[in-house]
Amino acid sequence: MLLIDCPYCGKRPEVEFHCGGEAHIARPEMPTAVEDADWGSFLYYRTNPKGLHAERWLHGHGCGRWFNALRDTVSDAFVATYEMGKPRPDRDEATASSPSNA
Amino acid sequence: MLERNLARRAPTVSPLVSESSVTVTPLDPQGRLAFRIKPAALAGRGTIDGFDLSGAINSRTSSEEGATMRTALRLGPDEWMLITAADEVDERCEAISAALTGVAHSLVDVSHRDVSFSVEGPGADSVVNSGCPIDLSMRAFPAGSATRTILGKAEIVLQRRAADSFTVTTWRSFAPYVQGFLVEATRG
Ligand SMILES: [Zn+2]
Repeated sequence: MLLIDCPYCGKRPEVEFHCGGEAHIARPEMPTAVEDADWGSFLYYRTNPKGLHAERWLHGHGCGRWFNALRDTVSDAFVATYEMGKPRPDRDEATASSPSNA
Repeated sequence: MLERNLARRAPTVSPLVSESSVTVTPLDPQGRLAFRIKPAALAGRGTIDGFDLSGAINSRTSSEEGATMRTALRLGPDEWMLITAADEVDERCEAISAALTGVAHSLVDVSHRDVSFSVEGPGADSVVNSGCPIDLSMRAFPAGSATRTILGKAEIVLQRRAADSFTVTTWRSFAPYVQGFLVEATRG
């Protein structure tokens, strides 16, 4: 069984977890000021990379906390897990905290 | 409220008998409180109303058994399940609330939400592991551990009191499923 390293509980079986989609997508501060195309992009467009992908995960049947994980979409290997609010570990802080998905 | 809930709970745990060395026994009603507080709001308090909150995440701290028993299961960074005698729960609620006046926290009496079973005897870890996917070796989950996890298709809170002694707590509506699952597992 695939083990996921929860930042709070340590390595636990994948069936206790639930994936919440791509991480580091900032909701626009003023949705009313956003163009339709940009709003559509925020709602529906995701990067879907081949390789490392930053995702939100929930340890629902465990500590109940959300955290972020870097997962390789080719091998399904979890490369890193880190607390919500922390920058993506394989990027520098300035890039990771920008609202762009790139 | 209490009487009505107990009456409703009674039929869920029939006395299924296991004939192996591992016994699965429904436990008497207990007082249970779901307690949430940010570590910063605890402001260094290690103990509240006799409940020891200083344990690590996924650990169990307990004072003596019986009427004055106070057990705290730390289920997450800011979440505890506090366990006390069934007829003590109102007093404990009031005392904890009084100790935390003006401090943001959440304290909910969930005594009647859950049913607990003890799973005891040589090989109890295999019985629990038949439906629970976490590592129950003594190295990974020693006595004094407690965590939310799953058993088969039901969510449970699992405590290890000793090497061959577990407590499985589940929502009342899942209790017949969990009990049947565990008893079936004892038959190997
Ligand atoms: Zn966790």
